[in-house]
Amino acid sequence: MEHRASVIENLGEVRAMIKRHKRNDLLFAGLGLLCLMLGLVTLMLLFWQLIADGYPKFTLDFLTEFPSRHASRAGLLSAWTGSLLVMTVTFVTAVPIGVAAGLYLEEYAPKNWFTDLIEINVSNLAGVPSIIYGLLALGLFVYMLGFGQSILTAGLTLALLILPIVIVSTREAIRAIPVSIREAAYGVGATKWQVVYDHVFKYSYGGILTGVIIGMSRALGETAPIITIGALTFIAFLPPAPITAEPPFLNFEWLSSGFTVMPIQMFNWLSRPDHAFHINAAATGALIIVVTLLMNGAAIWMRYKIRKNIKW
Amino acid sequence: MANVTTPIKAEARDLNFFYSNGARALKGISMPLYENKITALIGPSGCGKSTFLRCFNRMHDLYPGNKYQGQIVMHPDNTNVLDAGVDPIEVRMRISMVFQKPNPFPKSIYENVAYGLRVRGENNKRIMDDKVEEALKGAALWNEVKDRLHDLAFNLSGGQQQRLCIARALATDPEIMLFDEPTSALDPIATANIEELMVELRSKLTILVVTHNMQQAARVSDYTAYMYLGELIEYNDTDKIFTTPSRKETEDYITGKFG
Repeated sequence: MEHRASVIENLGEVRAMIKRHKRNDLLFAGLGLLCLMLGLVTLMLLFWQLIADGYPKFTLDFLTEFPSRHASRAGLLSAWTGSLLVMTVTFVTAVPIGVAAGLYLEEYAPKNWFTDLIEINVSNLAGVPSIIYGLLALGLFVYMLGFGQSILTAGLTLALLILPIVIVSTREAIRAIPVSIREAAYGVGATKWQVVYDHVFKYSYGGILTGVIIGMSRALGETAPIITIGALTFIAFLPPAPITAEPPFLNFEWLSSGFTVMPIQMFNWLSRPDHAFHINAAATGALIIVVTLLMNGAAIWMRYKIRKNIKW
Repeated sequence: MANVTTPIKAEARDLNFFYSNGARALKGISMPLYENKITALIGPSGCGKSTFLRCFNRMHDLYPGNKYQGQIVMHPDNTNVLDAGVDPIEVRMRISMVFQKPNPFPKSIYENVAYGLRVRGENNKRIMDDKVEEALKGAALWNEVKDRLHDLAFNLSGGQQQRLCIARALATDPEIMLFDEPTSALDPIATANIEELMVELRSKLTILVVTHNMQQAARVSDYTAYMYLGELIEYNDTDKIFTTPSRKETEDYITGKFG
């Protein structure tokens, strides 16, 4: 028992060493906390500043008025309806395409250099500056396909922008399903599509939904690509209503309507010299942040609700 | 060895198996599975016993690049389940499987058992109810779950979950049931339940079981095969394997000198 004897002999030294090592532990924990706080506190302060600046405009009128050259009367009506309609187009196109692409890549695509290439590209696309998407959309949607500077163009552009996010999060959600569950389904004689539809999709849609919402909240705040495709900055009208009182009740004219969105309205107000408009801009910024936070909160809540019944 | 009158349910003939990396995991295995008997596969880790088992329901087809060579012929229809022209889905409808760790779906108890029927397009609720009840009874789980069929399967204990997986595999009336170390994740009491169940199921179907536990093979099986490094070393009546093995390697393994 030479080994034990040696520890006892140097007990003081060993204890000092352990103490030293634990100090490093503590040091790193402290450093990490500091970094975390730096980010969080900065964000909180910025958010607080927005709220404080925009406070006078936290009224219902602000949501029901069109923009105006009088700062005090100017509102967000055309901007938030524009945002809502653009987001609708984005959702309707990006979600089915992104989820289907993710499912295909994960479940059906053969694993070879070509799919590897696609995989790397999809991940890289998530990092491409958004203005590049704007330029692409200007060439493709506005000029080549002739969609004009419309809600449709904006929605499709943002759909392209968030497609990588939807695809990547779909794949991650699918990968979280254990092999044993797939094998169990195949084991009773299920076809690939039965496995995908009855199991893979059903157990992963909480994760997919989270990715979709995170993508949508990113799209909500995007400004650069929307400016590039030529959104208007001053709109005192609403697009034709999507729902009508007479049959066929649905009207798609709004798709080709000119529009503005909240971040562009904010940008417009900020660029005015009159300080009164800056209050409007701050209020808009606060609203965008609140909506984004609500969307992310909803994503977390839904994931929790869905994951609650799934344990692996 | 076996009684000449015992009918053969399935038979491996000169079976070789290669993983996608080229590794040869099974080397020329030939052995019969006798009808309504339990055959155990024993051997040290990595000897190929699970690989062999998973050939029977073409589980290896799920991963690209794996290659079979040789035949596994089912009787009485003489279908070679490894034939490229035979759909693995058809094979899995005849040969079901119970896995190492209980792997119920995150669905209700009822839906877990019914899934194999749903896959076959069964929609009639009466038939489904009957089959689910029959399967749960067959898996000795009915009395414990009959009042909560629509609870989540995850709320069951580990042993109950494994019996649920047996019920799921049983619901579609398979001819052969494969067990891949079915008790390795279970406590001794649950293990005893599963072993008892396997012996009961023998009257309905043919069983092939991989086990890491030699005592388990001795307790439940009628025939035992000892595998080592992808080869079938010895195959005989379980009693003979454990009392008078003919090969030195088998004796070394069962007496614990090795493995």
